[in-house]
Amino acid sequence: MIAVDEGKLAELKGYIDSHRNIEHPDSYLIAILHKAQELFGYLENSVMDFVAHEMDIPTAHIWGVATFYHYFNLHPVGKHIISVCLGTACYVNGANAVLQAIKDELGINIGETTEDKMFTLHEARCLGACGLAPVVMIDQKIHGGLTPEKTKALIKEYRNKG
Amino acid sequence: MVETEKKEKIKITVNNKVFKVPAGETIMQVLDTLGFRMPRLCYHPKLSIEGACRVCIVEVEGVRNYVASCCYPVSDGMKIRTNTKELRQARRDIVELILDNHPEDCHTCERDGNCELQRLAYSMGIRTRHFKGEKKHYTKDLSSKSVVRDPNKCILCGRCVRMCSEIQKVNALGHAHRGFNTVVMPAYNMPFSQSVCTSCGQCINVCPTASFVEKSYAGELFDKLNDPNIVKIAQIAPSVRSAIGEAFSEEPGKAYEGEMAAALRRLGFDYVFDTQFSADLTIMEEANEFLERVKGKGKLPMITSCSSAWMKCMEQFYPDLIDNVSTCRSPMSMMGAIIKTYFAEKMKIDPAKIFNVAIMCCTAKKYEAARPELMLDGMNPVDLVVTTREAGWMIKSAGIDFLNLKKEKFDNPLGHSSGAGVIFGVTGGVMEAAIRTAYELYTGETLLDIEVEAIRGFEGIKEGKIVMDGKEIRVVVAHGLGNANKVLEIVRKDPERYHFVEIMGCPGGCIGGGGQPYAGSNSIPLDERTLQKRAESLYTLDRERTIRRSHENPDIQRLYKEFLGKPLGPLSHKLLHTHYKAKEPRGIVPKEAKAR
Repeated sequence: MIAVDEGKLAELKGYIDSHRNIEHPDSYLIAILHKAQELFGYLENSVMDFVAHEMDIPTAHIWGVATFYHYFNLHPVGKHIISVCLGTACYVNGANAVLQAIKDELGINIGETTEDKMFTLHEARCLGACGLAPVVMIDQKIHGGLTPEKTKALIKEYRNKG
Repeated sequence: MVETEKKEKIKITVNNKVFKVPAGETIMQVLDTLGFRMPRLCYHPKLSIEGACRVCIVEVEGVRNYVASCCYPVSDGMKIRTNTKELRQARRDIVELILDNHPEDCHTCERDGNCELQRLAYSMGIRTRHFKGEKKHYTKDLSSKSVVRDPNKCILCGRCVRMCSEIQKVNALGHAHRGFNTVVMPAYNMPFSQSVCTSCGQCINVCPTASFVEKSYAGELFDKLNDPNIVKIAQIAPSVRSAIGEAFSEEPGKAYEGEMAAALRRLGFDYVFDTQFSADLTIMEEANEFLERVKGKGKLPMITSCSSAWMKCMEQFYPDLIDNVSTCRSPMSMMGAIIKTYFAEKMKIDPAKIFNVAIMCCTAKKYEAARPELMLDGMNPVDLVVTTREAGWMIKSAGIDFLNLKKEKFDNPLGHSSGAGVIFGVTGGVMEAAIRTAYELYTGETLLDIEVEAIRGFEGIKEGKIVMDGKEIRVVVAHGLGNANKVLEIVRKDPERYHFVEIMGCPGGCIGGGGQPYAGSNSIPLDERTLQKRAESLYTLDRERTIRRSHENPDIQRLYKEFLGKPLGPLSHKLLHTHYKAKEPRGIVPKEAKAR
């Protein structure tokens, strides 16, 4: 078991506690798993165990929810999350070339994380910024009108920032 | 559902015939009472409704798509058709689409001839195949000593998941991932052996295919039976005799006691003993332990410890109650220990050469046999456990004409049992047997009315009272780990409420064990009528015995005189008792267990 940050765990517990006296508290499981992922970056088994015991929800059920939604990361992710939009508008505007440029630059495939734990690469289906196609979202920021060259420069920028 | 709603009658039309039926029920429930039986897979009357397989579809006039009859309520004036050409085709296609992702290995499958999917494919008239689907390629989980999980054969009906969460409240299983990639698995896809699984094997009983089967040791046993250098000894559990006939397509309800002794000798066992003898021995120890606790030495209520699935469940879900659990080993393990000590000494056999085999109704006994706490001087008391199903297969495979065998007797000195030992196989039986002996030990008088009706039958939780010398003893019996949970929550809150608690891990007790023969084509898993008949066969054996109280069994008296000394004595302690400890991962029972 990986040692879990006690402070973050206390924050998660506070969040679970704030949902205890609501009707059907277990219907907040997804929200609580979101919070856990926000705190820890991904859902480690011991964190899911913690949620299970705090909420009296069997771990097999939590595991079912965590594996059902692609949003939940079950493995550690990098500092920056890159989502390449492969929706229709981006796709016809060269999203594939953008994706390839990222793969070449980072040496990873979709779903993987770089060895230096800086970047994790995801694909996305429409980020709602079709006017800027092709777009890439890094963390919470949208970058539009990309070409393979611009994309490589963008990644270098993030890497230099650390 | 409100009572008044239930009584209200409405008119529906089924295939142009009008019927008056109760409102508020599903189409399937109603059709079942009108002489129809829609094909079904994911539906089970004891479990919540999933509506996943769509095999039970019917046509309802005015509804655009076919509806799953298991989860669609009837309404007044509803016009239902069950057998149109298009409907039959749709049903057939649904089953074929399930088959498309299923391995095509029926002839080498454990459930060949006993598979609900196979029966369904036949009755849907699938004689040629139209589609070719993608197959699943997962590795089997062989980590458990009791249960094998094979996701490749899973059709995702979810019966195991609901069994595990709703009836057993163990929640070891869940659906993980989604779509075609959905797999039924324990949390974190961990090996079964490291999960909260109690090894009860009820997932095997409700699985329509071979996605769950017992870990079989039959091949290994055949090898051992051919080894001339070891002494092969068998013991059989009470509930095995009550159900083994079903493995040979006989109706449930007849006990095959003498036939089993004869069959096991023909398989190559040197001695055939009866676990009922050690059930009597268990009662000697357990009744005395109970009376000690009543006198103030130890915690009350005392909880029984015969059921191996319950043992594992207790250590993971209720470690706070460890001190309440009887330290008695199960009858199987007591027998193993007595064979390798008392019997070995008596016969001058080197115990290291003894190969002890237990034929059990139970998959969790395979787990129990390997519990390190039970080891005696480096030896396992029981070397190998096979289930009723495996024993049935072995007898067939060895070419033994089981149904026409002449009855034989068990071997001495570990083969005689009282009626009390027989009823161990039914929920309430251990309690009843213990009362028969404890009453006499405590009061010095013989209990005349020995059939304790209050704790017989299949109510999930049964309470009873007996008065011993003016002292009221309150007892409770629970079968199935879900019912056990309800009783244990009471015990946690109100430890004074009961003195003695009997818990059996499986619905019905051992007769409903995870190793019993599969439901036949005219039955369903957990069918209460089947359990009733198995129980009746054991109660009949009890009534036919002249000796019905464990302490009156002369061989038990001799065992104490020649070897053990007295119940709870030092030798008993070493050979017949054990200890428990809290185990990880800790189990979670949701506060209000709901259908998940």
